[in-house]
Amino acid sequence: MCLAIPGRVVALLDDQPLLAKVDVGGVRRNVNVGLLEDGQVAVGDWLLIHVGFALSKIGADEAEDQLRMLRAMGEDELAIEEVRGYTFADERGG
Amino acid sequence: MTILERAANGAIRFTDPQIEMAHGAGGKASRRLVEGLIAPIFANPILAPLADAAIVPVDGARVATTADGYVVRPLRFPGGSIGELAVNGTVNDLAVSGARAHTLMVSLILEAGLPTEVLRAELEAMAGAAARTGVAIVGGDTKVVEHGSCDAMFVTTFGVGALDGRSALDPRAVRAGDRVLVSGPIGDHGITILLARGDLELEAELRSDTRSVWPFVAALLETCPHAVRWMRDPTRGGVATALNELVRESGLAIALREEEVPLRAEVRGACELLGLDPLHIANEGQLLAVVAAADAERALAAVRAVVGGEGAALIGEVREAPARTVVGITPYGGTRVIDMLVGDPLPRIC
Amino acid sequence: MKYVDEFRDPDLIARVAREIARRADPARHYRIMEVCGGHTHAIYRHGLRDVLPENIELVHGPGCPVCVLPTGRVDDGLAIAAQPETILTCFGDMMRVPGTQGTPLERKARGADIRMVYSPLDALRIATENPRTHVCFFAIGFETTAPSTALTLLRAKALGVRNFSVFCNHVTIVPAMRAILDSPDMRIDGFVGPGHVSTITGCRPYAFVVRDYGKPVVVAGFEPLDILEAIARILAQLAAGEARVENQYRRIVPWDGNAAALRAMAQVFELRPYFEWRGLGFISQSALKLKAAFAPWDAEVQFELPGVRVTDPKAAQCGEVLKGVLKPPQCKLFGKECNPEHPIGALMVSSEGACAAYYRYVHHGEPVTA
Repeated sequence: MCLAIPGRVVALLDDQPLLAKVDVGGVRRNVNVGLLEDGQVAVGDWLLIHVGFALSKIGADEAEDQLRMLRAMGEDELAIEEVRGYTFADERGG
Repeated sequence: MTILERAANGAIRFTDPQIEMAHGAGGKASRRLVEGLIAPIFANPILAPLADAAIVPVDGARVATTADGYVVRPLRFPGGSIGELAVNGTVNDLAVSGARAHTLMVSLILEAGLPTEVLRAELEAMAGAAARTGVAIVGGDTKVVEHGSCDAMFVTTFGVGALDGRSALDPRAVRAGDRVLVSGPIGDHGITILLARGDLELEAELRSDTRSVWPFVAALLETCPHAVRWMRDPTRGGVATALNELVRESGLAIALREEEVPLRAEVRGACELLGLDPLHIANEGQLLAVVAAADAERALAAVRAVVGGEGAALIGEVREAPARTVVGITPYGGTRVIDMLVGDPLPRIC
Repeated sequence: MKYVDEFRDPDLIARVAREIARRADPARHYRIMEVCGGHTHAIYRHGLRDVLPENIELVHGPGCPVCVLPTGRVDDGLAIAAQPETILTCFGDMMRVPGTQGTPLERKARGADIRMVYSPLDALRIATENPRTHVCFFAIGFETTAPSTALTLLRAKALGVRNFSVFCNHVTIVPAMRAILDSPDMRIDGFVGPGHVSTITGCRPYAFVVRDYGKPVVVAGFEPLDILEAIARILAQLAAGEARVENQYRRIVPWDGNAAALRAMAQVFELRPYFEWRGLGFISQSALKLKAAFAPWDAEVQFELPGVRVTDPKAAQCGEVLKGVLKPPQCKLFGKECNPEHPIGALMVSSEGACAAYYRYVHHGEPVTA
């Protein structure tokens, strides 16, 4: 279940405090931000959008941490195996 | 065995007790209706290929003729209206059959209560599209039905064109190694219509791509006519449905490189948001072609040199296996079967 | 698209796939269940099974709210649509789900006023725009979607909109997971946890899987890198003989969940004593209904619903596929009587149902090579 998509806040609606205009790849929709705990949404924030509601903000730091970790995944083992003179047995998908 | 022969053998049966919306969506259900009910009743050799246009021998010449009905809501949308669709769509059916359209006839079914201004605007749209494509509208018919019996206006156009002598289209000549070419970004029209209906409250700078694809066909016929095996304009049902029709008929396979398929950011955004597959979304101004591998780059360059064809791309290749299947391939080697559309693409939340 | 494309990077995917292959013990056959239908759909759509080693088997879980909705409930919704001066609104996912007398799309073609909406707020808007017509929203979904229904009802109440109701079919994920784990045929080594449900519930609810069954749970996002990373983490836990709950989807899922969403749900909903899940039978405390304070907006109070229990044909083996005991092609009806055009069982109806996903994305014949 649960098709939810990242979108960027491009405008806040003054007359409707619970609505933010969110952009997904150039497509825009007003989204209800009433489920965001602190309710503080700023232009430029990234939100997870589902059925016209924002479920969560997206953490840029966490995203970058995750990618950094993935980029390094397997590096230690690669280094160890190089030292031991092994070649990487499985090139599947490479 | 042709589709008609299979239908005659009872291999394709239409057993639905009533007509549903899915039968008009351009996908599997539509094919079953045509192949299982309509074509067998009308059966004749000219009909047999069930192609976009019929090639009719007339006194030694070969004339291409086609018919297409247009029902769209809303009538007007960014990039065009039902009038443009009605002209361009029929011109395109002829173009992808290797024929340049020269004559159109128009059947109008109008709903009582339709404002004259709306009709005038559509007639002018049709006249404009006809002038741009070099086609003459030489006759037609008008009927009016009671209010509520049709959605403002239904337009059917019948087109006639001369088969270009250089055209060597032959789906049976499609073979492994041939390349798939598309003239530009996909999904613009269908998403524009979806957004124009207003129910989803989405805004985007998107326009229908409705236009004649004859200039692309002409460029191919000019450059490498013998390399062009098969062409389609992928309307309802999208690129996926058109390619599935090809593999079904030819018994071959197509491997589509998904990241090569040109796609505007807005179409992608709308599809991700709504859970739709761009390959199933209608186009009204794109050419899909299968060209021999040796000429693929020349064919691509020829289409790209045409104004409006700058976004053309080679998006896949024909293979032997798996038979009758279109497969999508990701850059990391993931695969998925790209099926024909079942009914209209519906947004999902799950 | 930011926060999407980075997690589809082919080089990183290849890297994680290599790591998975390295971590997978060749002497072992792993069965990993992805709970959520959205994960099932993503796995197939992105062709992720092709980058996993042969000895990792992905088992599809019951997290498909359309799939587990009993046919009788679809009929109840259509009974609402058949009422005079009534508009039934529902998500696109519901439009092709068959009741005993046709799908909502078919009934719409025959004259019922059934409209597809993207958001429950759109249904409320239709109600305010059509004050003389009753608008009912057919609510489905797990905890991901329930808060949106809750906020919509709170808004309807606050605005005093009286021509609006919700037909509530929200279900909760933990009881379904427990039903799978308690099933005698169950042999799952680890779980890919539902990332968007967890955005609301947080990760604590899955502690019971570790405590009572000793299996790892890694809450995952929906992009290829998310799912692959989750599998890599499960393998690491299994190799170390560990079992704990991990949060792979840290950029979105808060460990403690979304308090505002949980509060809204608590205001509006309460748990039904039991609810029938298509394919799984009756499960206690597994579904939501509107609290008494929201009776004026509760379709089950405002309408007289048939409430008929419709059982699936015996030949349809949806239950076994839902529990991961059978693979879709092992059901006798798969691809023949039961296919996406004419779905007989629950799992063929929704595009994220295990059978529909398998049918659409996997070639049932020759293997496909990239």
